[in-house]
Amino acid sequence: MPDAVIGLEIHLAVRTRSKMFCSCDATGFGDAPNQHVCPVCMGLAGALPVANREAIDRTLRFALALDCTVPQRTQFHRKHYVYPDAPKNYQISQYDQPLGEHGALALPGGRRIGITRVHLEEDAGRLVHPPYADHSLLDLNRAGAPLMEMVTEPDLRTPEEARAFLAEVRAVARAVGASDASPEEGKMRADVNVSLRRPDGSFGTKVEVKNVNSFRSVEAALHHEIQRQTRLLEDGFEVVQETRGWNEGGQKTVPQRSKEAAADYRYMPDPDLPAIDLPVAHVDALRAAMPELPAAKRARYAALGLEPDAAAQFAADVHASAVFDATCAAFDGPPTTVANWLASEVAGRLRARETTLEAVAPDPAAFAARLADLLALVHDRTISATAGKEILDAVLDGADPARVVDERGLARVADEGALRALVETVMAEHPDVVASAKVEPKAVNALLGRVMKASGGAADAQVVRRLLEAALADDA
Amino acid sequence: MPAADPPRRATDVAAAVADGRTSARAEVDAALARADALQATTNAFTDLLGERARAAADALDARLAAGEAAPPLAGVPIAVKANLAVAGVRTSAGAAILRDYVPPETATVVARLEAAGAIPIAMANLDAFGMGSSSEASVHGPVRNPVDPARVAGGSSGGSAAAVAGGAVPLAVGTDTGGSVRQPAAFTGVLGVKPTYGTLSRSGVIAYASSLDQVGLLAHDANDLAVALDAMVGRDPRDATSLDVPAVFARDLRTSPAADAGAGDAPLAGLRVGRVVETFGEGNAAEVEAATAATLARLEVLGAEVRDVAVPAAPAALAAYYLIASAEASSNLARYDGTIAGVRVGEDGDGQVAVTTASRGAGFGREVRRRILMGTFALSAGHVDAWYARALQVRRKVSDDLTAAFGHVDLLATPTAPGVAYPLGARVDDPLAMYLGDADTVLANLAGLGAISVPADVPGGALPVGLQLLAPPLGDGRLLQVAAALQRA
Repeated sequence: MPDAVIGLEIHLAVRTRSKMFCSCDATGFGDAPNQHVCPVCMGLAGALPVANREAIDRTLRFALALDCTVPQRTQFHRKHYVYPDAPKNYQISQYDQPLGEHGALALPGGRRIGITRVHLEEDAGRLVHPPYADHSLLDLNRAGAPLMEMVTEPDLRTPEEARAFLAEVRAVARAVGASDASPEEGKMRADVNVSLRRPDGSFGTKVEVKNVNSFRSVEAALHHEIQRQTRLLEDGFEVVQETRGWNEGGQKTVPQRSKEAAADYRYMPDPDLPAIDLPVAHVDALRAAMPELPAAKRARYAALGLEPDAAAQFAADVHASAVFDATCAAFDGPPTTVANWLASEVAGRLRARETTLEAVAPDPAAFAARLADLLALVHDRTISATAGKEILDAVLDGADPARVVDERGLARVADEGALRALVETVMAEHPDVVASAKVEPKAVNALLGRVMKASGGAADAQVVRRLLEAALADDA
Repeated sequence: MPAADPPRRATDVAAAVADGRTSARAEVDAALARADALQATTNAFTDLLGERARAAADALDARLAAGEAAPPLAGVPIAVKANLAVAGVRTSAGAAILRDYVPPETATVVARLEAAGAIPIAMANLDAFGMGSSSEASVHGPVRNPVDPARVAGGSSGGSAAAVAGGAVPLAVGTDTGGSVRQPAAFTGVLGVKPTYGTLSRSGVIAYASSLDQVGLLAHDANDLAVALDAMVGRDPRDATSLDVPAVFARDLRTSPAADAGAGDAPLAGLRVGRVVETFGEGNAAEVEAATAATLARLEVLGAEVRDVAVPAAPAALAAYYLIASAEASSNLARYDGTIAGVRVGEDGDGQVAVTTASRGAGFGREVRRRILMGTFALSAGHVDAWYARALQVRRKVSDDLTAAFGHVDLLATPTAPGVAYPLGARVDDPLAMYLGDADTVLANLAGLGAISVPADVPGGALPVGLQLLAPPLGDGRLLQVAAALQRA
């Protein structure tokens, strides 16, 4: 495949309670149309925007996490374009004084991708096109919601790298609380720029693919676009500079509009919004309060002995890492044990229940405390691992592990007298298995399983094995 | 003719209502009758608010009867320029596209005046969106000057000025983007003040050019302006450009030497007034030169020292103003496309582009279209540096020059307008001649300064002339004190 030059323009919904320039609810996109509107976000005559400081701070945190330079003063501009989803026929955005510039974010492999800028703007409304109607409908619930736009340098080289980068951006945005960054909710959208490097090393003609709405689609769109451009060049055609869209059904990019109709946005400082000072002390305070970023977390988890996959998985998920860290802190055993339980036992049960850790354990500390108790019971051999797994469901539902152990009588039975009786019973019930075990030592496991079952998982497997082996030897 | 001796002072009305000599309802009824009569000769209003005003008056009277303390403007009838939103009342901004627009919320400044007891009795006519200097460019027809109905009342707050000068109300609210309160005040012979940018909230003001727009007031009496400003100032969380100006105008006026000066006193002793040389002489009408000179001489009699100062960038201000104002207007008016608010022309099936085009074509008048086109051009790629950016540089220069001038003097003086009120229709087809009339007033808007137009000394029976005084930032109280001194002398 030829060398591709890829840049991304990523939009992320900022996580705030209210909209960017009014006090309307910014979290109810999906509610009945036009439930969250006011004169400001409807663009009524006389209504004035007032900037949401929380959105600015969250965007600053994101910009700082991306190693951007933050200015001492920022300004909002009006970007003019006529479209019904923009009630004022301009969008309040940023132009030459964005909240962040000249940043970089490293891919998990370590290569740094340049961040040109991060700026803050207002989102547009949503047009609804009823079938067979001679009109469209306008839903302004999302109009005026805060939206971050980040633009990368053309530093990415492959579709896979682009996808990995998006995942890293999502992890960072979530870690600093700037955005939920969920493409499935429309809270993270990407435009993709791609060109092929010419044999002389210069950049070829750039094509933009707009509004690609999942990481998988970004990867697929890039694959398709690189293939399309390669074929054009091989067949002696030129690549035309244009904007294309991603056709999810056909898994191909399709022409949208060519660049000749380039818009003139007539940027103008918004006279309703005075320049905003960003004092160094304020920015320093935001920097000081910055949480651990995913890359640092991955390194820390790797140092704890976690597998790279598990380290990446926890590091990318603020909630999972909070649970992991808190459980490790409360549990007097190896972190790998915590990781294994979370990654296999807990994750498996969540999958089966079709839910998330966040839903099951809204308070990470409280859940971590219960999980640590459970792991401690297993670790100090109060209960068997089998029993531990059995009561995990109850623990996910909020139960106290020690109490479940009591209620269900799961405390490990290591008393040889009690276990010997159980062993003798099982051996008496299964003479055929006993017989084969005498020939084939591995068959002892079958007996062991039956004893464990008979004990309700409470028997100490090691003691049982020893008793079984002794009984078989005596019998011989 | 309106009832004999209409009240000239808002504070007199409020005092009479407060001590029970009259009721808010009686004052409102009388004002509505005067407004109705004045409407016939001047077309000063877009709507009279009879029902709403009477209900407000009755409610106030009931509260006073129940023993509530009278607010400072109790029962004072006011006129509100029809580009300030009043909830539930048609607020057309004089524009066809907002002919039926009824806003859901009241402008902050109007709400604050109402909280202080004032009662809007009428929406005042204006040039559409405030774009004009004669109040002729209105979907409701032109406003005539109560001093001489064959002449314009000035603009764009011509209806507000006519309402005060014609005696319908003692106090009116206007807006001033390039002189729209001060110039009609000059043309009709009343006081018109535009305070420092940010003093009065713009929330609910239908925007023309946001960085220049400021609410202003018209009245006969400086103390009325002070009391009304006190009711209106204070930071508004709905306007990010609003300042937290303290409500001390009336107190400062009461305690100033101008308050109780008698004949022969020099209440303005120590005040240095700079006569901006670029704004006098050539280009001004002879009666403007004479009247302003007479008033400047009177300032000296009152103790002030008048000296010449230079504001070298002043001659370039007008061009910069029209570029910036038009650029911002082209942006502010983009929202009127027939989609959400405003008149929609066309059918659903016509498509969005056709409906927008038709709505704007029918809804925007000639002057509004001219400014949208100029402003769009000035901001366009390839032209923005030569026009809009250049205009911003001139704006800074004007501001710097004025700041430098205030290093030598306390206030600056210019004519409010180079001429007197002209006959209706005289400049409708000559926009440049109309724009030239704003050369002196735009200085204050470009620099964000407070300025007042006071009636200058004209011979009996002559058309009114205004003298404009400008103050350094937040020096608006001083303007009122000088106006009060001139008024008493």
